Amino acid sequence: MRPEYDIAVIGGGLVGTAIAYGLAKTGQRVALLDEDDRARRASVANFSLIWVQTKGLGMPEYSDWSRGAADLWPAFCDEIAALTDIDLAFTRPGGFHLCLSDAELEARASHLARINAQPAITQLPYEILGHNAVREMMPDIGPDVVGASYCPLDGQCNSMRLFWGLHTGFGRVGGHYLSNHRVSTLAARDSGFVASTDAGPIAAGKVVIAAGNDSQRLAPMVGLNAQVRPQRGQVLVTERMKPFLHYPTITVRQADEGSVMLGDSIEEGNPSLMVGTDVLAKMADRAMRMFPGLGNVNIVRTWSAQRVMTKDGCPVYDESREHRGAFIANCHSGVTLAPRHAQTLASLIAASRVSTELPVFGTGRFDVSTVH
Amino acid sequence: MFRRFTDRPVPDVTILVDGARITTKASDSVAAAMFAAGMSSCRSTVVEGRARGPYCMMGVCFDCLVVIDGVGSRQGCMTRVRDGMVVETQDGRRELGR
Repeated sequence: MRPEYDIAVIGGGLVGTAIAYGLAKTGQRVALLDEDDRARRASVANFSLIWVQTKGLGMPEYSDWSRGAADLWPAFCDEIAALTDIDLAFTRPGGFHLCLSDAELEARASHLARINAQPAITQLPYEILGHNAVREMMPDIGPDVVGASYCPLDGQCNSMRLFWGLHTGFGRVGGHYLSNHRVSTLAARDSGFVASTDAGPIAAGKVVIAAGNDSQRLAPMVGLNAQVRPQRGQVLVTERMKPFLHYPTITVRQADEGSVMLGDSIEEGNPSLMVGTDVLAKMADRAMRMFPGLGNVNIVRTWSAQRVMTKDGCPVYDESREHRGAFIANCHSGVTLAPRHAQTLASLIAASRVSTELPVFGTGRFDVSTVH
Repeated sequence: MFRRFTDRPVPDVTILVDGARITTKASDSVAAAMFAAGMSSCRSTVVEGRARGPYCMMGVCFDCLVVIDGVGSRQGCMTRVRDGMVVETQDGRRELGR
């Protein structure tokens, strides 16, 4: 019997929804299986950066992949706006990584130099700037800012509207969004796959696991290894301010409607979603040293979330060798890579060419037995 | 619109609201002083710029935000007047450093 759907995408976050949207655009019958509003969703907690300058040390292909995604963003933003009337508030003025000591600035310069020293990489354009040069572009920095790296490829968007826009767009191009469909088990059948969910079984010819950290549980059911771990981050949000910060930085950015987001911490091995003043105070202190004017601004929200982090920080895209038609897509940068996932990756999944076209992102790189 | 319940012997103080001198009671909050002076709007909203005034008068609703002595987003209902205080209505979003 032919299954009801050509493809089931498991996970209605930014990664899964971008892929599902891309697949539905190609005319596939797509079901997007999602949990409910209580899902531990990294997508509703992120920092809205479209970021290139930190990516790809150890895997130059990831730098090119991210850079290509950032290049796709303007057309993607227009496409979503035309389809849904939702403005993703995309801007690409370039981004800063501010440093508060000489040691931080040296580490930053060294990291970027090592990225560009890799063979076969497309040279990343960037500058290492001193205090005065940074101040010319961002007049509100404090005296503690020693310098910064600046990369013209970086940008930002409104990631809540990206989430909304992808979901709305997915519906508009004929996709079926199924909430309250947490997948308990996933099994290969002759004609494809069956996902057992809270709301009953869903059958599909292919399946894409884009379930964030829950992929660790689901992937082995179809012979895949997700290799992800949760990595905690916390964010502080201020009241809405008149525009003063016209460039995103890696830890402080001003959203299109005025809120300033401060963050984000990197914490390993802490599964809690509680926020803690120990970490938040350090974040606030660093932000105040970067922009002293923030010192008397009111904080109106804080949150924590669990990032989806692979072993090497680079994306994982692969098809199961054991069960053809079962794919995995996991990464940390669901905002930056959204156009890549909707266009490039969705097409490769539809054509079953992920492993042949994107071998460097496969799970085999984590397999000890393949390392010689 | 508003009248005082009592004529308790509370000293008068004078504050400036958007440059206008207002004489009020030393026991008043900034929001009460503005109401007593017939001012029902103290700020405009941060996205659409609509007029807003004090609503709950007990520190909960944050609709009474004003700039007091150069510091923005102060709760008018939770701040007592002081002689010579300079109050400004808050135009939309707060400014950095104010």
